[in-house]
Amino acid sequence: MKHMHLQFGNDGVATLTLERDGGSVNIICDDFMNDLGGALDIVAQRQDCPGLVVRSAKAGFLAGADLTMLAAEFPAMTARRGYEISQRISGLLRRLETLGIPSVAIVDGAALGGGLELALACTRRLASENAVLGLPEVNLGLLPAAGGTQRLPRMIGAKNALDLLLVGKTVDANKAAGLGIVDEIVSAEDSQDVAKRWLLARPAPEQPWDRKGYRPPEARGLVLPEVALSYSLAAAGVAGKSGHRQPAPVAILSCVFEGMQLPFDRALQIESKYFGRLLSGKVAQNIVATTFLARQAALKGARRPHGHERRTVGRLGVVGAGMMGAGIAQLAATAGIEVVLVDRTSALAERGKAYSARSMDKLIERGRMTRDKADALLGRIAPTDDFAQLSACELVVEAVFEDAAVKADTIRKVEVVTGADTIYASNTSTLPIGGLAQASIRPDRLIGLHFFSPAERMELVEVIRGAQTSDATLAASLDFLSQLRKTPIVVKDGRGFYTSRVVQFFINEGAAMVGEGIAPARIENAARSIGFPVGPLALLDEVTIDLPVTIHDQAQSQESDIAEPAGLPTLRRMQELNRHGRSSGRGFYDYPEDGPKHLWHGLSQAFALAGQQPDDAEIERRLLYAQSLEAVRCREGGILETDEDGDLGSVFGWGFPAWTGGALRFIETEGVARFVTNAKELARRHGSRFEPTARLVERAKSAA
Amino acid sequence: MQDILIYDHARTPRGKGRPDGALHEIPAVQLLIQQLEAIRDRNTLDTALLDEVAIGIAQPVAEQGGVLPRAAVIGAGYDQSVAAIQLNRFCASGLDAINLVAGQIGTGMAQAGIGGGVESMSRVAFGTDAGAWTSDPRIAFGGYFAPQGIGADIIATIDGYSRADVDAYAAESQRRAARAWDEGRFAKSVVPVRDLLGEIILARDEAIRPGTTREDLAKLKPAFAGLADAGYGRIAQERYRQIEALDHVHTGGNSSGIVDGAATVLLGNAEFGARSGLKPRARIRSWASIGSEPTIMLTAPADVGRKALASAGMAVTDIDLFELNEAFASMVLRFMNIMNVDHDRINVNGGAIAMGHPLGATGAMILGTALDELERSGKSTAMVLLCAANGLGSATIIERV
Repeated sequence: MKHMHLQFGNDGVATLTLERDGGSVNIICDDFMNDLGGALDIVAQRQDCPGLVVRSAKAGFLAGADLTMLAAEFPAMTARRGYEISQRISGLLRRLETLGIPSVAIVDGAALGGGLELALACTRRLASENAVLGLPEVNLGLLPAAGGTQRLPRMIGAKNALDLLLVGKTVDANKAAGLGIVDEIVSAEDSQDVAKRWLLARPAPEQPWDRKGYRPPEARGLVLPEVALSYSLAAAGVAGKSGHRQPAPVAILSCVFEGMQLPFDRALQIESKYFGRLLSGKVAQNIVATTFLARQAALKGARRPHGHERRTVGRLGVVGAGMMGAGIAQLAATAGIEVVLVDRTSALAERGKAYSARSMDKLIERGRMTRDKADALLGRIAPTDDFAQLSACELVVEAVFEDAAVKADTIRKVEVVTGADTIYASNTSTLPIGGLAQASIRPDRLIGLHFFSPAERMELVEVIRGAQTSDATLAASLDFLSQLRKTPIVVKDGRGFYTSRVVQFFINEGAAMVGEGIAPARIENAARSIGFPVGPLALLDEVTIDLPVTIHDQAQSQESDIAEPAGLPTLRRMQELNRHGRSSGRGFYDYPEDGPKHLWHGLSQAFALAGQQPDDAEIERRLLYAQSLEAVRCREGGILETDEDGDLGSVFGWGFPAWTGGALRFIETEGVARFVTNAKELARRHGSRFEPTARLVERAKSAA
Repeated sequence: MQDILIYDHARTPRGKGRPDGALHEIPAVQLLIQQLEAIRDRNTLDTALLDEVAIGIAQPVAEQGGVLPRAAVIGAGYDQSVAAIQLNRFCASGLDAINLVAGQIGTGMAQAGIGGGVESMSRVAFGTDAGAWTSDPRIAFGGYFAPQGIGADIIATIDGYSRADVDAYAAESQRRAARAWDEGRFAKSVVPVRDLLGEIILARDEAIRPGTTREDLAKLKPAFAGLADAGYGRIAQERYRQIEALDHVHTGGNSSGIVDGAATVLLGNAEFGARSGLKPRARIRSWASIGSEPTIMLTAPADVGRKALASAGMAVTDIDLFELNEAFASMVLRFMNIMNVDHDRINVNGGAIAMGHPLGATGAMILGTALDELERSGKSTAMVLLCAANGLGSATIIERV
């Protein structure tokens, strides 16, 4: 056996210890399943075995399925094959459950997904205080396919189970014990003894659903009005929370609804069938590919140049103690890095630190941070107005006002005091690194690190490599981001880089549609329907209506041949109407003090509504295609060096819907041929921004 | 096709559909039995001449299941040869039962029959017959199911009916219903319900609130805002993207009331009338059913009305009187607007907002109400319409003879 070993004690008790060959945690791969089957064969043949203990010798219990293994089959995946994959692991756990001897899972650390499902298939679960349990499959567009949707509701009730299954959240040992997922909380040292003692008392090995006369909990189904009402409301809740583009949540709900009416093995088959439907669908494959595989690869250094020693930042400089700078300082301090937080005056610098102090207070209030830890963390942030304090910093992040002159001035001030080795990272969202480099005496040490706001929560950082940025600087910067546990994408220098450039096409398209007389609510609802966190008009109000106008005007003053973006006249008209966005209290929305914001009623006067409103699908398509096509242009023009960067950047940078897999992968989701046909039609109707590139047209031809 | 003639109509008064409602102690089957007895006795009918008793029941489960009409036929002492069927098209069931019998007579497959409906909402609670369409997650989610009240608020929001508009309509429904009772306009059809002692337990529509003003109605809380927050609001926006936020104008006061009741309509061909010594009161000109957008599920009436008109070769202007079930105020206002029907021509004696909506029974009740009103006012033609859940709807056109 490769990933586990089986031992029998003098008392006859079998202990199956999961210990994956390689890797830091246990995962369920093909060999794991072979091993588990073999182990169960051996245990089944022992006459005198009173019971089985399942535990882990790794950090954590078992972290779920090997998604790389699943993803390898994606191109040829069918619903039937997905069903079989699920039935295999589900069948193994079912075998464990029906061995005829009791079993105990000892959960120390994380038991997630298939890991928790293995534990649920045991007769009893012991957990140490640090255990973390959950079924996060929904977040990958999947469902727990090894009995999770059946055992959990049978153990803790459909409602409690759905709370976990539909959100994919994890619970700690105490919460799990309260819910009835964990039977007993036992320290890691004592757990083996406690487990054995319980097994040697010869408890009944069958679960309730394997006893004679068992009736499924909801065998009467919709005959009971309260059951009917609860599933009706649950379906509405799923639609309200996740919308209609994600098949996983409703599939999970269906598994519970249908499964709870069926005998256990039939219920497991239903679960496997729903799993097969999800796994063979594009949405789950997209979510796994981008939000898991590409993200993991990025975190593991997929874009890090080879041949450079790994570096860690012990002391970080942050220049500019506004919300962004303060957030970055907090992040670094959380990662154990000493931070020098500089601003023009010590009062401003102090204010930046106070931002973190407030965050800590909130965390303490919610019980997610201790005072000691918070004090230690805050102790690592040293606010000052003295640039000389930056001298010992290995890396300086500049987060000053987004203005070329201010940034150039800051570079000069910092480089005077820092060492020749210090990396200078500008947190710019739009200004080309090449331009900033002109102010630098060490342009090879200059790089762009575009954090998203709020920096302590948004996990993406867009790393911009200037023409002169060295590989060593890039490698060290990625090492620094790894310390902060940020997901990096690496892009080339250019106006707006990647994320700021493409998201413009989202807001511009929204503004353009307003100008055409499309009802604003239709635009906002379309964006929400396809899965954007906010509509383009709401987003414009947040970033201010002035920002895209200023960006365009600046660009045009520097390069006169810049095309006017769609929607610019709408934005200028809004400026004329003195509606600049949320910060000014009025934009596309009104912000009444005594109620929620709502679209400005005057919009339909300012932009007369068209008598004929387009189909919902056309509005959705315009929002998605405008961005995807610009992402393609970034890819073909070299701003993006990999598709994965484009997809990760879009999903984690500005909330491009995860079900699409990202701005580039969306094209495959649509089908290249269909995408090109639709794009051409959009170009005919709405302008050249929708014209597919020559290479896309070629791809469509070869795909057809 | 043979002439399809209406010979009589009887209905119960409507009791409040709650435990303190007068009819709560009367099982649904008994409500129907008393109506069948009334139709037989007041027409000295030889029940052996009837081919069919078709009864609409919107919650055909529990005590309302098991082909309740057959049990009622036997319980009422009808000849055992009379066939019985229960059918369900949600709120339109009672009218569809009449249309079913009409079809049998029209095609010559039957001579005579009774169509009607029964619903004891106090005894078989709303939601007892949930079904896949509301509660199987795959179907409910995929079908963008939302409760009817949400649909009513969607109509108000996209058509722009304000709270004042719907309350004004509701107050008028109350006023008209009260006047109709005061003037005895329902006297011909209402058969009081009797209890086990044989005493009258209810003789008048119980849920009606005479004297209700717009001001009274304005005080009521929106009934469906909570449901919108539960997820149905977003479902509404998915289907109707022009909605930024639902305008929750509907309350208990401008929506149909929950009540108990039953109604029957005696139908037959001319030969049946001659043999029974009965004079026909009206003929059925045409009928129709359709499906419409299921999330709102209240917009069928205009289209189903047009379909019935086309079958009859009639125009909207040929109809003297409209009787459209008042499920919610907004859907009636929408119908009036689309069909260009003046309020004077529709629901002239009030409707379900005032008197209540006993689901499966309502279609038969309002057909009778229309017939009585045609006779009272000396008019000729009436169209009876109901929207039904999941986007369904039915209509019937009658004409006095």
